[in-house]
Amino acid sequence: MLNYELVVIGGGPAGLAAAIEARKNGVQNILVLERDLELGGILQQCIHNGFGLHIFKEELTGPEYAQRFINELLEMDIEYKTDTMVLDISEIKTITAVNKQDGLIQISANAIILAMGCRERTRGAIRIPGTRPAGVFTAGTAQRFINIEGYMVGRRIVILGSGDIGLIMARRLTLEGAKVLAVAELMPYSSGLTRNIVQCLHDYDIPLLLSHTVTDIRGKDRVTGVTISKVDQNLKPIPGSEKEYQCDTLLLSVGLIPENELSLQANIKLDPRTGGPIVNESMETSVEGIFACGNVVHVHDLVDYVTEEAQKAGAGAADYIFEEITEKIPAVPIVPQEGVNYIIPQNIRIDNLNGFLDLMLRVTSVYRNAKICVRADEKTIKEVKRPHLSPGEMERVRLNSNIMKTIRPKTISLYIDGEKTQYAI
Amino acid sequence: MEKKRNMQSKELICTACPIGCRLTVFQDEKSENWFRVEGNSCKRGINYAIAEMTDPRRILTSTVKVTNSHYKRLPVRTREAIPKHLIFSCMNEINRIEVITPVRMGDILIDNIASSGIPLIASRNLE
Repeated sequence: MLNYELVVIGGGPAGLAAAIEARKNGVQNILVLERDLELGGILQQCIHNGFGLHIFKEELTGPEYAQRFINELLEMDIEYKTDTMVLDISEIKTITAVNKQDGLIQISANAIILAMGCRERTRGAIRIPGTRPAGVFTAGTAQRFINIEGYMVGRRIVILGSGDIGLIMARRLTLEGAKVLAVAELMPYSSGLTRNIVQCLHDYDIPLLLSHTVTDIRGKDRVTGVTISKVDQNLKPIPGSEKEYQCDTLLLSVGLIPENELSLQANIKLDPRTGGPIVNESMETSVEGIFACGNVVHVHDLVDYVTEEAQKAGAGAADYIFEEITEKIPAVPIVPQEGVNYIIPQNIRIDNLNGFLDLMLRVTSVYRNAKICVRADEKTIKEVKRPHLSPGEMERVRLNSNIMKTIRPKTISLYIDGEKTQYAI
Repeated sequence: MEKKRNMQSKELICTACPIGCRLTVFQDEKSENWFRVEGNSCKRGINYAIAEMTDPRRILTSTVKVTNSHYKRLPVRTREAIPKHLIFSCMNEINRIEVITPVRMGDILIDNIASSGIPLIASRNLE
């Protein structure tokens, strides 16, 4: 059995930043395990620009953003194994993994950081009727085919879902010579960034059909067409609104799911709202010494925030290894209320707070001229003005640890005070 | 959205921040910048609209063919934003080149793509 102070599962942006931060905090004996052939994770296929605006104050492409962290990891001489699949994690922090060099390996760790990311929802998850021909891809799979493997996925494309990956792929396919007929979105608003709607759809005159969905897929061996229908306020297709599109490819950009099979094996409690582990102020899960960060915890819209969260997990794991955090003390729950979908972290141990505590949250609908309000027990202690809030954009509220230590609330809750509105785009 | 209402005005969505103000830009010889902008809620909206009207630019990212690596494609980008109307001319040039590894992030692959004065660079290391 191999022994490490810290094992990081996943070598994408979260795993890289967590490992680097743990080393900066004094952890010597670190191992990063990555199932792909190289480090960098999904960033390697996200060749578009727009990464790093918050952290580096410049617009990098995905591979450039990843390369900076890979270089730092290599300079620090942090050990890693690529092409290595983790099969199991136990509650006592034993990891079983397999690769071609070492065969089956068992690793014992003082602390573990989970950074497995997320995966895409598929056709099965949204139950589109129709035949089952080739030519139905998730947007991320198509992205990998085109940007890494060098295969074009089709010529006439319909995209379902207007999340950022769907929008980015609409542009990418157009640049590579395909015709993107339409992007259909079930909701009356797009969950993608405004910038992507303008630069990926409007720049290329690609229609965005809000309140529409795909209701049929046709074709025997290959997709020959899809039907797009308008939906009503309850998101049900409206009979008579069907429109036929002749296409050879359907891309699905219909949401991401944190990838937590390993977390469940270690008996880690998940939050049904995020699909990821419940974490505390140090990004520690419900199992002592197992931390988590990035899209495995909740799906982020900016990699910059993944990096920041991973740094918190890396520092938290270091504190755990050096016994600088107090483990067995009651945690204060942070509860989402009116207008708030979820909050990360879900609970905090006030004695472990230091400096500032950032709460990450998503709202349930679009608001204008709103305030994000923080309530400690019965009293509202903080209000942050936001001219615009949308479920597609993660929000951050910063709390001062000293104030928390003075008030010592039993619960903290967040709610939105503002006017719900019709959608911006 | 670039729907022309008439010859003198154009509608845009501002991308300076996530609010996404709907802007209308009017050609107006009397105003300082030759354009008048409506619908913006801050000054950045005016700058955005004028840039979009006079010299819209975008960073272009794509991939080029690689022959001797475990991956088939190398991601590339224009080092700075290029004029929007040159995007497809740039793609033609990008599709014509092949790269032999090793390549370092930042290596120049085309000096002056589509006569834009801007180089095309590699956006990662590839062995």
